[in-house]
Amino acid sequence: MNRTWRFSLPVAAVTLGLTLPLLATPAQAAGSQTIQLWTHNGGNKQELADVNAVVKAFNASHKQYKVVVKAFPQINYNDAVVAAAASKQLPCLLDSDAPVIPAWAYAGYLAPLNLDPKVVKSINASAKGMWKGKLYSFGMYDAVVGLVTRKSTLAALGLRTPSLAKPWTLAEFNNALAKAKASGKYQYAIDLGTGWDGEWYPYGFSPFLQSFGGDLINRKTYRNADNVLNGGKAVAFGTWFQGLFANGYAPKRTDATMRDNGLVNGSVAFSWNFFNQTQFDALKGDMIVLPPPNLGVKPVVGGGSWQWAMSSSCNAKTGANAFLKFMAQTKYFKMFSDTLSNLPVTAAATKVSKVFGPGTDMNIAAVLSAKYAVIRPPTPAYPVIAKVFEAALKNIINGADVQSELDNAVNQIDQNLQDNHYYGF
Amino acid sequence: MATRMSDARRTLNQSVRIERRSATLLAAPAVLLLTVFTVVPILFALTLGFTNAQLLSPQAPQFVGLTNFSRLLGVGEVTLHAQRDPQGHIVTAPNGDVVYERLNTYTSINSKYPNLRGKEEWFRFGENRQAGTVNVVVAGDPLFWQSLRNTLFFALVVVPVQGGLGLLLALLVNERIRGRNFFRTIYFIPTLTSMVVISMLWGFMYQPSGMFNKVLQHVIPGFQPIDWLNDTRTAMPAIIVLSIWQAVGYHMIIWLGGLQTIPGEIYEAARVDGANKWHEIRYVTLPGLRHTFVFVLITITIAALGLFTQINVLTQGGPLGTTSTLVYQSVLHGYQRQEIGYGSAISFVFFFMVLGIALFQRFITRRIDQ
Repeated sequence: MNRTWRFSLPVAAVTLGLTLPLLATPAQAAGSQTIQLWTHNGGNKQELADVNAVVKAFNASHKQYKVVVKAFPQINYNDAVVAAAASKQLPCLLDSDAPVIPAWAYAGYLAPLNLDPKVVKSINASAKGMWKGKLYSFGMYDAVVGLVTRKSTLAALGLRTPSLAKPWTLAEFNNALAKAKASGKYQYAIDLGTGWDGEWYPYGFSPFLQSFGGDLINRKTYRNADNVLNGGKAVAFGTWFQGLFANGYAPKRTDATMRDNGLVNGSVAFSWNFFNQTQFDALKGDMIVLPPPNLGVKPVVGGGSWQWAMSSSCNAKTGANAFLKFMAQTKYFKMFSDTLSNLPVTAAATKVSKVFGPGTDMNIAAVLSAKYAVIRPPTPAYPVIAKVFEAALKNIINGADVQSELDNAVNQIDQNLQDNHYYGF
Repeated sequence: MATRMSDARRTLNQSVRIERRSATLLAAPAVLLLTVFTVVPILFALTLGFTNAQLLSPQAPQFVGLTNFSRLLGVGEVTLHAQRDPQGHIVTAPNGDVVYERLNTYTSINSKYPNLRGKEEWFRFGENRQAGTVNVVVAGDPLFWQSLRNTLFFALVVVPVQGGLGLLLALLVNERIRGRNFFRTIYFIPTLTSMVVISMLWGFMYQPSGMFNKVLQHVIPGFQPIDWLNDTRTAMPAIIVLSIWQAVGYHMIIWLGGLQTIPGEIYEAARVDGANKWHEIRYVTLPGLRHTFVFVLITITIAALGLFTQINVLTQGGPLGTTSTLVYQSVLHGYQRQEIGYGSAISFVFFFMVLGIALFQRFITRRIDQ
């Protein structure tokens, strides 16, 4: 008997000790009003340093609010945010990938922002998260992809250098890929970054679909994908896209080495990807960023990167809004852009940017974004559309029947729209 | 005499009572935690399967009865007719295949056939090229059936191979050989490593330029690199190999525990009776491992049916659904597509399937375990 008790008492005590903290509520910090800020860049030292710099300056300029940063690794960030939203524990301030903002605003998790209309006007459309005519988020930077190659490649293959005024046509693009393959000098004619799962598929490839004249959803009503994602133009896109892999122009799944260094190390002739100054430097004046090809209707690139928003459950909205106001200054737009080599989102910031200013190599990024960027459809259905499109494209890459894959995708999207009463559209 | 008897009984009763009390007390924390973090969530999940709940939505979930289940499990059949040119001849593609009318005419979500709406092609049969007809079996969710098949296939391979290999390793490291602790540790290390890390490492080795292809190119001249995880024929086998490699150490330890419960005297007795090494394994070791066998069988089966992490990290169910599994599909719908009601319906089906299989295994192994 004694032995039993001697054994079980400590066990019970330890167990109790372990379970009690689970039941207790975390203590609230006293003093100046604390504003929690969550960011996705736990794994990105420079970007986190930029966020911290703004927070430090803001905290120094105010007595009544204190912004506290919590950084998550990007891979877990969305999970943390969705879990927090579902349990109504969102922080006041958070960053989010641009295309999901309408879904969040619609679900009631975000509060509209109150910024100086002049500042709002100055921010590029692709860096603003709008829902029902209200601003819910804005980005400190944007991103853009390009068709990247070398001048010497174009010359060796005897290809016309496309200009902004006259981009390549579908036939010219196909010809370029065929010649690159036929030259035998490259492992693949083009790298499309297919090893990046998730958002890259709609971000990187729906511009091709849109260039053909299709789209992910009917943008006039946002009530159907039928006839848009499975119509003749979309099928033409799918068939062409499937051909890129069937013809051996592009790898079905790029490994990280080829994606990040393929162009510089010469394993691919073309790269449909983000590009940066380091690559320009590595190729010593030989690198050239071509405008996206016009595959039928118009050349298109994607737009929209990480953006800042305020939660509706925030109990210090005035302070949170003040922080975002504080952040939306040209010097900070410039800082995020310069230190991260990401596209500035206002004309004023572009002008003073060290990396993207007029006359720089990277200025082409600003030009492409301003001229061709199409944001992903601003509808609460977007997270579903993105997943359905990714699955359909992967099947198409692997040889599935294009028409039936797109039909299935359309039915899944339209079913979701119907189930959600068209998200109020 | 009588007094002493009842004294003894009282003492006995008292000690039984105390033992019961301490047993309850010891079990209480585990029971409490399991109830809060396992039983209640399972009940929630099972109920959600009967609603149209969306993960992030201002619309309150509504009870929709069996809608999710009929979407998940529903099947139907359509006869497609060949397209004909103005002369009435059947249209064929350049490769000689008959060109049929578009299935979506019947299966679009606005079609005039309510029981075909939103269904997708599962497989075709009975093509009649003369008449120009083909039968198409459509299902509400063909990926579900594919995932079910993949999951069962994975379990059917992994359970015997991983269990058998674990036993083999356990027999090896149970020998009194030099450095056996070293080998035990080596075999056990993968188990201690996170599955995510292991998946990523194996992902590198499976790349076209990865280690496996490099080694094969050295061994076999002219070997064409295989994109292991992106080929419909090799993706699932590749997942199976890495899964077994990761988990076999764990079951080795379980087998080893079982081996060490067999008293050495029995082996000695067997040797005295003239048993050789094989006889020892066959008539002493294996019968002595009956209880361990049942445990290993059931734990591997349950773990194998829950295949998820490797898929999530490496293939996302691709290529062409060849590595999709039930758990992955449930997470895909419930979380990524935020259709938590539908995702719950999948886990509902999964839950009862696993329960059924586990009970069946328990039923057929009950005699072994007695």
